[in-house]
Amino acid sequence: MTEHVIRLPDVGEGVAEAELVEWHVKIGDLVREDAVLAAVMTDKATVEIPSPVEGEIVWLGAEVGDVVAVGSDLVRLKVRGEYSSSAPTGARVAPRAKAPAAETAESAPLAKRPVGDSLERVPTATALPGSATDRPTRTAPFRQFAGGAPRPEGEKPLAAPAVRQRAREAGADLRQVPGTGPAGRITHEDLDAFFARGPGMARAPGLQPRTAVEDIKVVGLRRRIAEKMSISNSRIPHITYVEEVDVTGLEELRATLNNQKRHDQPKLTLLPFLMRAMVRAIVEQPNLNALFDDEAGVVHQHAGVHIGIAAQTPAGLMVPVVKHAEALDLWGCGAEVNRLAEAAKNGTATRDELSGSTITITSLGTMGGVVTTPIINHPEVAIIGVNKMMVRPIWDGSAFIPRKMMNLSSSFDHRVVDGFDAALFVQRIKTLLETPALIFMEG
Amino acid sequence: MKDISCKLLVIGAGPGGYVCAIRAGQLGIDTVIVEAKKIGGTCLNVGCIPSKALIHAAEEFEKIERIASGASPLGISAGKPALDLSKTVLWKEGIVGRLNNGVAGLLKRAEVKVVEGWARFRDGKTVEVETEIGPQVIRAEQVVIATGSDAIELPFLPFGGNVISSTGALALTEVPSKLVVVGAGYIGLELGTAFAKIGAAVTVVEAEGRILPQYDAELTRPVAKRLRELDIEVLTGAKAKGLASKGDALSIEAADGKVVTLAVDKILVTVGRKPATEGWDLDAIDLDMDGPFIRIDDKCRTSMRGIYAIGDVTGEPMLAHRATAQGEMVAGIVAGEKRSWDKVCIPAVCFTDPEIVTAGLSPDEAKAAGIEFKTGLFPFRANGRAMTLEKEAGFIRVVARADNHLLLGIQGVGAGIAELSAGFSLALEMGVRLEDLAATIHAHPTQSESLLEAALKALGHPMHI
Repeated sequence: MTEHVIRLPDVGEGVAEAELVEWHVKIGDLVREDAVLAAVMTDKATVEIPSPVEGEIVWLGAEVGDVVAVGSDLVRLKVRGEYSSSAPTGARVAPRAKAPAAETAESAPLAKRPVGDSLERVPTATALPGSATDRPTRTAPFRQFAGGAPRPEGEKPLAAPAVRQRAREAGADLRQVPGTGPAGRITHEDLDAFFARGPGMARAPGLQPRTAVEDIKVVGLRRRIAEKMSISNSRIPHITYVEEVDVTGLEELRATLNNQKRHDQPKLTLLPFLMRAMVRAIVEQPNLNALFDDEAGVVHQHAGVHIGIAAQTPAGLMVPVVKHAEALDLWGCGAEVNRLAEAAKNGTATRDELSGSTITITSLGTMGGVVTTPIINHPEVAIIGVNKMMVRPIWDGSAFIPRKMMNLSSSFDHRVVDGFDAALFVQRIKTLLETPALIFMEG
Repeated sequence: MKDISCKLLVIGAGPGGYVCAIRAGQLGIDTVIVEAKKIGGTCLNVGCIPSKALIHAAEEFEKIERIASGASPLGISAGKPALDLSKTVLWKEGIVGRLNNGVAGLLKRAEVKVVEGWARFRDGKTVEVETEIGPQVIRAEQVVIATGSDAIELPFLPFGGNVISSTGALALTEVPSKLVVVGAGYIGLELGTAFAKIGAAVTVVEAEGRILPQYDAELTRPVAKRLRELDIEVLTGAKAKGLASKGDALSIEAADGKVVTLAVDKILVTVGRKPATEGWDLDAIDLDMDGPFIRIDDKCRTSMRGIYAIGDVTGEPMLAHRATAQGEMVAGIVAGEKRSWDKVCIPAVCFTDPEIVTAGLSPDEAKAAGIEFKTGLFPFRANGRAMTLEKEAGFIRVVARADNHLLLGIQGVGAGIAELSAGFSLALEMGVRLEDLAATIHAHPTQSESLLEAALKALGHPMHI
């Protein structure tokens, strides 16, 4: 058996480091070639690291949330003899010279483990040779206990004195803690799991209070979102302006267009109309299509309208960007929005597709609610929020008539956008949407 | 005298009380301890420690005597030894004195106030101590009763004259030529064996069918054999009836019902111990009792709030280390720690020849508990170290659950194996399985290898038998 080291590959675009967001394996796992070992994230793109060899995981080089330098050791595998320990790393791209040359570990991975750099964070215990291989033999003969099933009625829980005392101090009843150790022994790890999960199945009928507190590490995309939101909300004094828009005419036009559309054209949602309306409004108020570099005190007013579309994905909020909306017609906008939304949901959106917006739309569709208070996508200066469309009774001077109404909740950076300008912008969009022909009028 | 007020009052400075007080002091609790006799209690003054001193002296004497008789195969010869028991007692008293001072020093260092005198309860928070200089009232927020136990006296053989308790036996300065021991429990046999080794003609009278009735016959067999080798006469199924003639004879009813009279110099009565619940106005606080003992819960709390009880006064097994563990726990509880009694085992050692150690469940107890189990027994005659010590009698036995091999008990009998008891308790307390014992390297050459072998035997593949 030799050891095979997999280093963090160059994930592209001159990225020097990446955040480990998920381990797909743990120490002791046997993995096949091409099995996914881990996911790392750079800026907004997530990359999966596959295993180039078949073997047993003996060492993991980082914890979820750690930032790992490209070229550092990520995983060590025990592989069959024919693999040379100096075999190419798991990277699709050759490793950087940063990886220590002494990595040709043979039998004593611990002794040769380089110190310094990100490797210091590895808890030694997890890397102890043999700790993984012991495991099957310890639990195998007593599987009926290993599952952590409640022990037979009246049987005393089995635990070392320190475990018992810890449970007592925490107020936990060891009889309710499943033990995974030999003979059903309750280990410190079992207690950890019990505390994390709370008392599993309720013993008594009726409602039970739940006291567990689960600590969820804010990592990966969630951490990026958190950071961006903090910056946006702490730096930008928001002014939010809500106006209702009568979209009855727009909806009729949309229905007509969708009925008559060619096979190769996308089904239009409201978004392409809004995008085109924004392009029109921006022509008159270009200062709203801008990035405010507040440290330099400069507003970069962009000629191109790059509209970020806030989208909910399984991983969290993402903002794919429709570039140069001013150069796309209605159908072009629709097609681009669909393509990007799909890519974001599948996690295949590129870093380029996820950055570079100059103004943003946020829409939750039928979940859009009546009013929202959108947070500006820093360093932009405006965000247009789309609320739910619904039929409301509107007084036309003599009677209530049903109209399709929709609110726009829009926020602006009050440092560089006055309330008047904000109102003017939204009113302009309102006018365009209520009389959609204006969107397409030239001159 | 000015009243004393404190947070914690401990009554009795035996191994339970003084440990409780020291620990409480360490935890910053304002603590007072009351002791009527000498600090250290029965254990240190008239129990564990002095008896072990006497036993050691007797063993040394017997060893040399055996060599002197030419019975030793080691090639050593020596002249006939002589024993001055009064000097032995002085040496023993020296050890006891050192320990008394040591404990007193520890109490002082923990800033515990020691009040010498006899305490009586006035109420649940107030105790009056008769000291040499008058009554001293102590008011305490919490009280720990650690009054211990006393030797049981037989009504027809009251202590005094030739009838002595273990305390009296440990104070003898001359070896009695004819000693009758009433009661073949561990105290009677320990002392009886020691006196036999230093020259007394010893007869043991036991009402039960065999010696050490609380242990199983397998464990006591090597002891019974050794008693025969030492010419100790053991009369089982026999009852002491009372003193005959002028106190120099004991009449007994033998197993066959015949009344026999035994000539005696001393009669050592060791028929057990009883909790010391009298003389300190227990009635004043009216605690719930559990038979003769004070009833306690798993935190050593009595039925009265703020009053704890620990040690022999709370029940069996009446062992110093049980009291110590309880005392340590109660100090923690008083200091606000969340503690409760959850010990898997309280090991017990019998310093007979050879010694017996028990920890956890015996096979009989496991059977009574309805557990399916397996045992493994490894005899010392197959242990190299035991051979080199000329101590081949005895064995180590493990008892484990049949289904998951969890260790339920470890027992052993053999020379010097009291020192192995810590390993036994640790294994049980940690929830060890036979496989764990089998996978632990036991140093060679030691008697402790027999534990490894016993585990292997229970697993079906011993190495050395």
